Amino acid sequence: MKKRIFSLVLVAILLASTLLSGCGSGNDQPSGGGADDVIKFGVIGPITGDYSQYGGSVEEGSKLAAEEINAAGGIDGTMIEIVAYDSKGDGTEAVNAYNRLRDQDGITALIGATFSGETLAIKEIVIEDGMPVLTPTATNEQVTLNAPNVFRACYLDPQQGSTAAIFSMDTLGATKAAVLYNTEDPYSEGLAVAFRDTFAQNGTVTNYEGYTVNDMDFRSILTVIQAQGPDVIFLPDYTAKVGVILDQIDELNMDVICIGGDGWDGIETDYAEVAEGHYFVNHYAKSDPSDLVQNFISAYEAKWGKTPNALAALGYDATFIMVEAIKSAGSTDAEAIVTALAATDMDAVTGHITFDANGDPQKSISIIQIVDGDHFLAGKVEVD
Amino acid sequence: MAKTFNLKVFIINLLAVIFIFIAIKILIGSGALSRYLISIMIFICVNIILATSLNLATGFLGQLALGHAGFMAIGAYTSALTAIYLRSTYNLSGTLLLLASLVAAGLFAGIIGVLIGIPALRLRGDYLAIITLGFGEVIRVFINNIGFTGGAKGLTGIPRITTIDNAYWVMVLTVAILYTLTSSRQGRAIISIREDEIAAEAVGIQTTRYKVMGFAIAAFFAGIGGGLYAHFIAFLDPNTFNFMRSVEILVIVVLGGMGSLTGSVVSAIVLTILPEALRDFAIYRLLIYSGLLVAMMIFRPQGIFGTKEFSLVQFFKTLRHNPIVTPRKKVKESD
Amino acid sequence: MTIFLQQIINGLSVGSIYAVIALGYTMVYGIIRLINFAHGEIMMMGAYFAFVTVSAMGMPFYLVLIVSMALAALLGIAVETMAYRPLRKAPRISALITAIGMSLFLQNLALVIFRPEPKRMPPVIPRFPVRIGPLQIGTVTITTIILSIVFMILLDFFVKKTKPGKAMRAVSEDKEASLLMGINVNRTISITFAIGSALGALGGVLYSVSYTQVFPTMGVMPGLKAFVAAVLGGIGLIPGAMLGGFVIGMVETLSKSYISSQWSDAIVFGILIIVLLFKPTGILGKNEKEKV
Repeated sequence: MKKRIFSLVLVAILLASTLLSGCGSGNDQPSGGGADDVIKFGVIGPITGDYSQYGGSVEEGSKLAAEEINAAGGIDGTMIEIVAYDSKGDGTEAVNAYNRLRDQDGITALIGATFSGETLAIKEIVIEDGMPVLTPTATNEQVTLNAPNVFRACYLDPQQGSTAAIFSMDTLGATKAAVLYNTEDPYSEGLAVAFRDTFAQNGTVTNYEGYTVNDMDFRSILTVIQAQGPDVIFLPDYTAKVGVILDQIDELNMDVICIGGDGWDGIETDYAEVAEGHYFVNHYAKSDPSDLVQNFISAYEAKWGKTPNALAALGYDATFIMVEAIKSAGSTDAEAIVTALAATDMDAVTGHITFDANGDPQKSISIIQIVDGDHFLAGKVEVD
Repeated sequence: MAKTFNLKVFIINLLAVIFIFIAIKILIGSGALSRYLISIMIFICVNIILATSLNLATGFLGQLALGHAGFMAIGAYTSALTAIYLRSTYNLSGTLLLLASLVAAGLFAGIIGVLIGIPALRLRGDYLAIITLGFGEVIRVFINNIGFTGGAKGLTGIPRITTIDNAYWVMVLTVAILYTLTSSRQGRAIISIREDEIAAEAVGIQTTRYKVMGFAIAAFFAGIGGGLYAHFIAFLDPNTFNFMRSVEILVIVVLGGMGSLTGSVVSAIVLTILPEALRDFAIYRLLIYSGLLVAMMIFRPQGIFGTKEFSLVQFFKTLRHNPIVTPRKKVKESD
Repeated sequence: MTIFLQQIINGLSVGSIYAVIALGYTMVYGIIRLINFAHGEIMMMGAYFAFVTVSAMGMPFYLVLIVSMALAALLGIAVETMAYRPLRKAPRISALITAIGMSLFLQNLALVIFRPEPKRMPPVIPRFPVRIGPLQIGTVTITTIILSIVFMILLDFFVKKTKPGKAMRAVSEDKEASLLMGINVNRTISITFAIGSALGALGGVLYSVSYTQVFPTMGVMPGLKAFVAAVLGGIGLIPGAMLGGFVIGMVETLSKSYISSQWSDAIVFGILIIVLLFKPTGILGKNEKEKV
């Protein structure tokens, strides 16, 4: 009898505490307006979990931009604030994060999400809400299709993949290429398909092989590829996996040139020796002498104590683009911001930004080679 | 001896459930519950369905099944694809579309549950756990690699027909059915298998039949939970339904009490709200969950509720007999 | 033909790591009939111990190996004493859930301490190409295969010829009788965990050197596959674990080269399912009836 009452009381306390903490302020903040003295931007990305360096970079770039904007007087006197929520790279979490940003924090605009998968998860809801969305880094084509209020600051996967293929054929003179990609990652797959389709037009794709996210041993598949003697291997994945593959390519003494996508950014930190001489496609080059780029890099290093990667640069740019749009719209009304965004025409760290009818930017693509453990700009392609 | 159907008890419980529903609708109408909080409530309903169904297989039947997320996935994708098809071919919408899709989802998940259960349930505890884990992973690999599920890119264009209304009532129905099952004669048979399988067999209970039945019903409801989830998020990613998801549901069941549906309900509510409330401590969340799991097993393996169920009628009776709430002149109660 | 031989070598390398990890599973299962879900995490911790000793203290490889194995042995004993011993009389399901909880706990502990980003394991084994005829074998591969075999021979000797080893076999056979014979069962079990964990750490170190990375979830997949290997060879039997490890390594490598890389995981799990359904005692196992 006593035990039952005890359990009941325990349950009541648990329920009460969670309900209280969960409801919290509970009052609905009207979206678009927020509080009078601060304009809030939401950021969604994998801040914890396996991909935390990517979500973290976007958050850092964005916060740096906010700091600079506020130091210069904010938006006509109103300060901006970045509210970043963790999605862990998961669609459900992204939906939760967005709902919370909209209802509890009253954001005016969303800089997110970081990954294509999570952006697609929230796509329909943001369209319904008419929320001005500028994703800094989601490269999957579906993201901006039929979404008048969704824009992106980066180029698309098909563009990256194609550019890599064209560069391989024209500049590197490759006639045979192999593709090794991550079948469980839509980013990797998107790039692989684009590369293969473009390369196959003028050359031969000797192998088109996939692996899963947990794979670490590529020796067997590399042995198979080696037998076909390709000139180039396309590796569209993130640094952690690419580093392992490059290491095994090196161990097997394979005579190939490797090329990858923007996921390679930062590979020189841990894998400089095995990445030496290989190429990847990126959003900008750290060695670009322009003031905009160099100022960004030094400011970032000063604030966060490390060199920025492309995602940080894109987060930074996206914030500035959004602020410009609000300034030219002259209000925080969602529709006005969206109209202003469509008319963007400005210079940013990652290039000159204008948006096409879909909300995709027309900017140049840089091709980086790892030389002496550092980035070397090997080529730049204009996209029209 | 099965519990006889008591009309009074049924009506009291029904009224309570309706009362809670009305309370929720009032809160929504007055604006106190934002869309964000409503979405949390929908997740709570989904988690309750998942936890109570897993409890049937793991708590009542005593078979540790580590692939529950796999059945959720099957249900989610089946429901989504069925709904897309029904909407475009027959122009169905709303609750009717949802019901049709959920039924399809549950049935398909249940059938797969039978197919997996028949061979798997011949194995003993540890092996069953591992094989269900294996099946969960195989399901995930399948979904990733089969074209029409959208693969790794995910499935979009799913009709967004889950609302707090239908989520709530599906949840209530699920718990009601499971409660009826576990307090019935079949339920007793299932519990006896957990207590001592060999003895149960000796007494004449067809253990294989009941094990498969329990497992399949659990899969059925997991599929329905998955379907509700799919029609709320309207985007499916095969990697959401991984081993970690199965473990999270298991934690809910263990915490609430393996063998107590009430425990699963309460635990699901708590463990859905807590991660949202403690967003800042996200990195420590799983650390605490797993530590909690180990600690619970060592110190209180029966969870919070053990195998007891909360009965509204019993609660009122205890209040009636409680000398503080209803003071009597003569204290001559034997309680 | 050369490609096929090359793939065999690849398979041996992968398989030897699985074999070493599988030994830990099988020894623990043999002695307390528990699937130690946390074994993959011990392997991961072993790798992290090695990583820390190499990067922070710059020790040479053999020292790193010894330190890592010793620390892992201590960790294994700690886990057994704190989490498994209290549950020795409890129903199976509780022990299993505890093991799962322990596995997750260690994973998340590593996540909190070391952060999730994979860390590069400094190259502790000098790399230069070794040519045997038309075949190309890496120094890392050779080291992995040789070290694994050496430790398996040591283990075999230990179990057959030394007193604690014989005590282990006795307790595996019949715990009650061993107790009556005066064997310190608790200590024997602790020794088993210690050795199993040390071997797991060996696997972890070899894995991190071979694949250049340490990260908190690195033990999950190899742990699962090593478990499949132990079951395939015959759970509870030491030669079974060795055999199973090499077989699974071969299957994985060959299915990646000749079938498809993305299905190789499903194939390994498929083997598990088939073995459990048709011959749960594994290749080398004898059929046992469950006693009342």
